[in-house]
Amino acid sequence: MAHINVPEGVPGIRSLVLFRPETGKPLYELAQVLLRGDSPLSPAERELIAAYVSSRNQCGFCMSSHAAAARCLYEESSGVVDEVLKDVEGAEVSPKLKALLSIAGKVQVLGKEVTPEDVARARAQGADDREIHDTVLIAAAFSMFNRYVDGLGSWTPEDPAVYEEMGRRMAKGYVLPQTNQ
Amino acid sequence: MAHIDLGNDLPGIRGPMAYRPEMSRPLNELAEILLRDENNTLSRGDRELIGTYVSSLNDCFFCQNAHGGIAQHYMQCDMSFIDAIKRDPMATPISGKMKALLAIAGKVQVSGKAVTPEDIAYAREQGATDREIHDTVLIAAAFCMFNRYVDGLGTWAPQDRQYYVNRGPRRAAEGYLDFDLYK
Repeated sequence: MAHINVPEGVPGIRSLVLFRPETGKPLYELAQVLLRGDSPLSPAERELIAAYVSSRNQCGFCMSSHAAAARCLYEESSGVVDEVLKDVEGAEVSPKLKALLSIAGKVQVLGKEVTPEDVARARAQGADDREIHDTVLIAAAFSMFNRYVDGLGSWTPEDPAVYEEMGRRMAKGYVLPQTNQ
Repeated sequence: MAHIDLGNDLPGIRGPMAYRPEMSRPLNELAEILLRDENNTLSRGDRELIGTYVSSLNDCFFCQNAHGGIAQHYMQCDMSFIDAIKRDPMATPISGKMKALLAIAGKVQVSGKAVTPEDIAYAREQGATDREIHDTVLIAAAFCMFNRYVDGLGTWAPQDRQYYVNRGPRRAAEGYLDFDLYK
């Protein structure tokens, strides 16, 4: 049971934004522009960064839902999602994405952990300023979303099928849930 | 110097906000509703104080001073009082409810999972409502984002703390939606 009186039977952040739609609106707009808006990183790569940071923050709801969205978006290469969550360096993703995931992992700890060397390594692997920027902000934003979801003790479903369905919906984009749903 | 070329020399979060305005819009909308909206039983000063406290725990110089300057303006106190709260809220003469809410904010700074039912029960005993607990958790979580955005990109920050105190009244009056990033 959540720490506060949110709608019952509604999982994770959806229950929190139904409780307080005024703050939910910019949160969903942020997710949409960060993960689906214009960026040199694909939506699949951005969802993977989100799932990776959520995994490091041990936020089961965000990790499972964004991993499911990433699997949908990666289509036939969906196996890379679980590879990255298990071990970034051993995963079948580009050296550039590995370097960006490494920056995201530093941001998850604290902003100051990111060093000029981390950024230089990402550049050497072909990352540009926009990609580095978007990676840092996605990792920072999930350091917020994860704390919001777990800090209020929102409901985390256990059934993997629930997340598969969620991932398919999320792959299409982020729309603020309405009270009548 | 920032880790990337932001195309401007603005300090703190204003640098990346000018670099990616389409992303700064929801960030500023979130700040406005969380920290400044009048429809809230927590005062603007209370809410800025939560942001300041979390930024201090995250060791983010720009955010703790920018929001400390605004909190100081709302609370009509001096910098040493804000500093005392950052050091140890429990040892200051703020309300029992604010002490309980800052304790929750401090847990959120570590991890969402660090917040316990006992922390929530204690805040309720001190008079906190569900909405106040919700907003405290979200403000603390949001500053865990803002702080990481500011420091993760290695933005620069003016080192004279009086700079932020001087800007406090204007930042409080302008709010987070319609202000000029370049002023």
